[in-house]
Amino acid sequence: MNYFGDPTIWLPFVFAALMGVSILIYVILDGFDLGVGVLFPFANNDEKDKMIASIGPFWDANETWLVLAVGLLLVAFPSAHGAILTALYLPVAIMLIGLILRGVAFEFRAKAPAPHKRLWNNAFFAGSLMTSLSQGFMLGMYVMGLEWTLANVGFAILTAVFLTVGYSFIGATWIIHKTSARLQAKAVEWAKGGIWGLVLGIGAISLATPFVSTRIFDKWFSWPEALYLSPLPILSAVLVGWLWSMLRKMPYAEDRRSWQPFAGATALWVMAFGGMAYSFYPYVVPEQITIYEAASAPESLFIILIGTCIVLPTIMGYTILSYVIFRGKATELRYD
Amino acid sequence: MELETLLLSRIQFAANISFHILFPTITIALGWVLLFFKLRYNRTGEERWMEAYRFWVKIFALSFAMGVVSGITMSFQFGTNWPGFMEKVGNIAGPLLAYEIMTAFFLEAVFLGIMLFGFSRVPNWVHTLATFLVAFGTMMSAFWIIVLNSWMHTPQGFEMIDGVAHATDWSAIIFNPSMPYRFTHMVLASFLTVSFLIAGVSAFRWLIGGRTEGVRVAMKSAIVAAALLIPVQILVGDFHGLNTKEYQPAKVAAMEGNWETSTGVPLILFAIPDEEARENRFEIGIPKLASFILTHDWNGEVQGLNDFVSEDGEVLHPRVSPVFWSFRVMVGTGLLMLLVSWSATYTIMRRKRGVEGLPKPMLYALVGMSFSGWLATLAGWYTTEIGRQPWLVQGVMTTKEAVADVPAPMVLTTLIAYLVVYAGLLTAYIFVIFYLARKTSRGEDIGTQIAPSPAAAPKAMPAE
Repeated sequence: MNYFGDPTIWLPFVFAALMGVSILIYVILDGFDLGVGVLFPFANNDEKDKMIASIGPFWDANETWLVLAVGLLLVAFPSAHGAILTALYLPVAIMLIGLILRGVAFEFRAKAPAPHKRLWNNAFFAGSLMTSLSQGFMLGMYVMGLEWTLANVGFAILTAVFLTVGYSFIGATWIIHKTSARLQAKAVEWAKGGIWGLVLGIGAISLATPFVSTRIFDKWFSWPEALYLSPLPILSAVLVGWLWSMLRKMPYAEDRRSWQPFAGATALWVMAFGGMAYSFYPYVVPEQITIYEAASAPESLFIILIGTCIVLPTIMGYTILSYVIFRGKATELRYD
Repeated sequence: MELETLLLSRIQFAANISFHILFPTITIALGWVLLFFKLRYNRTGEERWMEAYRFWVKIFALSFAMGVVSGITMSFQFGTNWPGFMEKVGNIAGPLLAYEIMTAFFLEAVFLGIMLFGFSRVPNWVHTLATFLVAFGTMMSAFWIIVLNSWMHTPQGFEMIDGVAHATDWSAIIFNPSMPYRFTHMVLASFLTVSFLIAGVSAFRWLIGGRTEGVRVAMKSAIVAAALLIPVQILVGDFHGLNTKEYQPAKVAAMEGNWETSTGVPLILFAIPDEEARENRFEIGIPKLASFILTHDWNGEVQGLNDFVSEDGEVLHPRVSPVFWSFRVMVGTGLLMLLVSWSATYTIMRRKRGVEGLPKPMLYALVGMSFSGWLATLAGWYTTEIGRQPWLVQGVMTTKEAVADVPAPMVLTTLIAYLVVYAGLLTAYIFVIFYLARKTSRGEDIGTQIAPSPAAAPKAMPAE
């Protein structure tokens, strides 16, 4: 087993990376479909059906990345899993109830009698909102080191709002790509409104993070590390500028470039996430437990890794397949 | 305070798992039933098989969504309420759960989209393949989770180092002694649940006048499947019981309501176990039958509950009443299933008129038993899970050792929230199944998932 040096060093690193990738894929993929749910009240009934149709074939698989991320935390860093989830007991419960309401609303709103449809539409919106807000809240608490103080909760409420707006932004860019005509024009307006939430959110976390931890502060503002980090804020600023100028001119003739806002939003998430991962490494519970301290036994991690090497590319493969099958503008979802 | 947290956490977990298990119990078998319908359609080209497919795929999608969302809740609760579990046996539970997520969850989730909405977008064989992969993924999911659950009942293939379990033999962990019995028992339970659900809902549609060819084939397939599978299930259940007696004798003693170790033990049909006095009241039993069933010897020795009390008076067996009663509910429901499915099959076969020959009272009985599979599964689940107490992992860790130190009021708050949501969803689920049944019986199209409202005529949407 000792082919690549000490497995107690590289295995935790590999699993932290895998977990990071799962979380990143999750916040992009479920991010856009949660965002579509958050935007629900701004749409009329026909538009609501269109919006659901645009995410119907995908949302379930998108959500599975959350299960994988938490599963990897659970299997690779069991003590951190317990510490993080017990500290976040209430927001986790709110998120779970949100996910439940939202997940079943997809099915019920289409199958229940017409008068009940409104109820399930509301459940879909409420579930999406609860999920987004509680995830943002958890993100804020995590950045603040999972301590329940008044100031931290205040910060977490802020990140809850920003993440929700951020999700609705990427959701809006998804709708721009998957729809046309009036709904598309509406989505352009939503995206223009949402981009500011994203900018403020990334800004708030970027400002707060180094001041919570002197370790992170040193990591950011010392030479030459600051140089390695500098592409992130610069590229992010360029991306925001590009997205803004594009959204102002949308839609283009013959629906050209309709996929680009979504691509830009995705790139922005990647930047933000890269910055966070860079700051918090090697901790899995900020300033308390490192990935090396929390890691499971190497023999167990090795068993999972073998499977992961085979299974993960397969999953990626058929996920792409499903996006290819359901490519193009959203149409009415039919079982036949 | 600590004790309240334990009790409330146990109730919360029991509520979650009871709600969750209802839906995999349907999807595990319904996936294969859909594949059966699809393959029949592919072979015969008869529209009635596709009609059956189209109706039941909706119930599948609904059940699947309910199962997914309640399953996510379960996976989080390991961390929020039972962190001790992963800290102690995470090296074993972890890889099993990871394999469930990687080999099953994604497979189901991705191909479900193609199965539901891809019929007109992909070639027919791809749609059939997607149906197969969803059924296969659901089965894989059940396999991994039952491997873990069985290992908790009959752990082996590990060593304890500094109070943490380390795997030494993965094949011993996966193929632990109770796994084959538990897995077979659960899969059969799923097929029986689905058989009675299809038979019941089809009988309902039949009674209110929706006598289409699709209803006819679905009802007949379901009744015959139930009749064939129930005796197999009784046999497998018996083997499972013998296996439990070998590895968890305290559980069997509680199931039987048997306090004293002795020979020639009677099979108790009815009794009220009294935990205080440590004896049964109002006991009615058949002499020597329990000894015969459990040891295949009329005078065989069977261990009693009093063997599981330590010298300082600590009780190391589960609470007797819930195990005793849930076992009787499971067996009773199973016998009723045998009676109903056999008499219905006999009627169909004898008169050679198929389902036309079923008299009204029998159709009503089938409707009444639509959810009998749920009742039996839950009862069986309680028997085996409560029967494991006070152990969480038999002989390795107790439930009490795993619980999180979360304030009791917080657990109570979330418990109430979950119960409200679950009660609402369960009502909606059953309502929608029968609503869809009524709607199709009126001949209305339910092929559309997103029904366009009357205002949205195609002309109004130039984008289309």
